[in-house]
Amino acid sequence: MLVLALDTATPTLVAGLARWSAADGAQVLAQRCVASGTKHAELLTPAIRDALADAGLSMAGLEAVVVGLGPGPFTGLRVGVVTAAALADALGLPVIGVCSLDAVGSGARTVVTDARRKEVYWATYTADGTRAAGPAVARPADLAAAGPFVGDPAFADRLGAPVEAADVTTAGLLRAAAPQLADPSTAVALVPLYLRRPDATPPAALKAVSQT
Amino acid sequence: MTVTQEPLVLGFETSCDETGIGLVRGHTLLADALATSMEEHERFGGVVPEIASRAHLEAMVPTVRRALADAGVTAGDVDAVAVTSGPGLTGALLVGVAAAKAYALALDVPLYGVNHLAAHVAVDELQHGPLAEPSIALLVSGGHSSLLLVPDLAREVESLGRTLDDAAGEAFDKVARVLGLPFPGGPPIDKAAREGDPSAISFPRGLTGPRDAPYDFSFSGLKTAVARWVEARQRAGEPVPVADVAASFQEAVADVLTAKAVRACRDHGVDHLVLGGGVAANSRLRALAEERCAAAGIGLRVPSPRLCTDNGAMVAALGSRLMAAGVAPSAPDLGADSSLPIETVSR
Ligand SMILES: [Zn+2]
Repeated sequence: MLVLALDTATPTLVAGLARWSAADGAQVLAQRCVASGTKHAELLTPAIRDALADAGLSMAGLEAVVVGLGPGPFTGLRVGVVTAAALADALGLPVIGVCSLDAVGSGARTVVTDARRKEVYWATYTADGTRAAGPAVARPADLAAAGPFVGDPAFADRLGAPVEAADVTTAGLLRAAAPQLADPSTAVALVPLYLRRPDATPPAALKAVSQT
Repeated sequence: MTVTQEPLVLGFETSCDETGIGLVRGHTLLADALATSMEEHERFGGVVPEIASRAHLEAMVPTVRRALADAGVTAGDVDAVAVTSGPGLTGALLVGVAAAKAYALALDVPLYGVNHLAAHVAVDELQHGPLAEPSIALLVSGGHSSLLLVPDLAREVESLGRTLDDAAGEAFDKVARVLGLPFPGGPPIDKAAREGDPSAISFPRGLTGPRDAPYDFSFSGLKTAVARWVEARQRAGEPVPVADVAASFQEAVADVLTAKAVRACRDHGVDHLVLGGGVAANSRLRALAEERCAAAGIGLRVPSPRLCTDNGAMVAALGSRLMAAGVAPSAPDLGADSSLPIETVSR
């Protein structure tokens, strides 16, 4: 099965292509990782086009779309999720969402990525790669999770422990998606892992307009 | 023999709280599907950007499917995609831009990133046929209050004036709040005003002095004047005549907007005026515009209220117009620009 994998949960967007089967797992054919910062919307579709060209394939050959649901900064995260949903809808393909942190590193580890506001998104995994805790958001100083840490090394100081640099990869996304690819009836709803409520409070007491 | 059809354009609008998906062929409206998160914003007294963005994502694919079903076409029939690239709320715009880019990529059709304000003008072509050019356009909503000169809708739009503070729609929202009417304020004020006397209270007409900018607007002073008037009544323990306040406020807004629009037509020798934006659904604004345009010999075009508010059909209408004019599609790295200038019709 030819799968397009996308992720925009971190400042580096990922667009990859892989052959996948339940028996043999994933064989990555092409991968574009673009340090796109806050320009995911601008650069994601060009990256998909480039990855297809690298692999010598066209959109018409795709059979499924996998997308990272975060957690990650909301605006960029939505770009990936809506792109995956729209591509899948237009092409009549299944779309499968996975936790983006599952696609970072491998084995026993705690993944930390930048949640802004001096916080991290994190999740902890056992040796066989099963997620044991998270995803959640926390201040590094309050994080009680065990190392080794992988993900964004910028948090090493605040964690008081080394963080091995690791990013979301196509292989990681496919690995996380494998159970759902094997049994599409288990596919989760395509809803971003926001983990935070929108910043909005109803006006408590309305000030007189003439005083504002 | 095959009949050559005009291209089918799929339009995406997500600049504020409405997820609008439209389908247009030439000047023919085929579908106008809309999802709104307005109810979720009501208790905040205004649109909360993050709530709007989340709602756009949820509504996107279902609304596209509904538009295609309403038009009786399939995604494969689409010849081009158009999307609001700005101005608007960045996070909200980006959901539409990303979705539109994905549909265009998957369907292998050209993509047009368009200006939301120009799309408000273009939508009138779906009801009244090709726009007379040049036209003057008066666009008034909760997000914008602009007076435009439109020599060529596909390529050249010029800003004559804009609000220096609140958008006209914001003034309606704030006055509604002062009067204890629900959000958004436009419809309840329009309704309350029908029972009131528009000349009961003489509220100020902002920026209408001889030395003021002739085409700019200011609604902040008016809003404050209404609030002061109401508070004075309340302090004195007297009842507030809601209908009279609503009618007098609405009259002040409609008076300024139409006077400046007619003046812009006269000064530029243009005899066509188009109204657009949510406030153009206001009954008094429509009536006064008709009256003054008739007196001045100006042809007035106002889309139906449903098409005045934000929707996907207006974006598809502008996309259709751009294709017909042979304007180049957008580059693959199209993004969103929250403050896209009106002079940029497409990018
Ligand atoms: Zn608008």
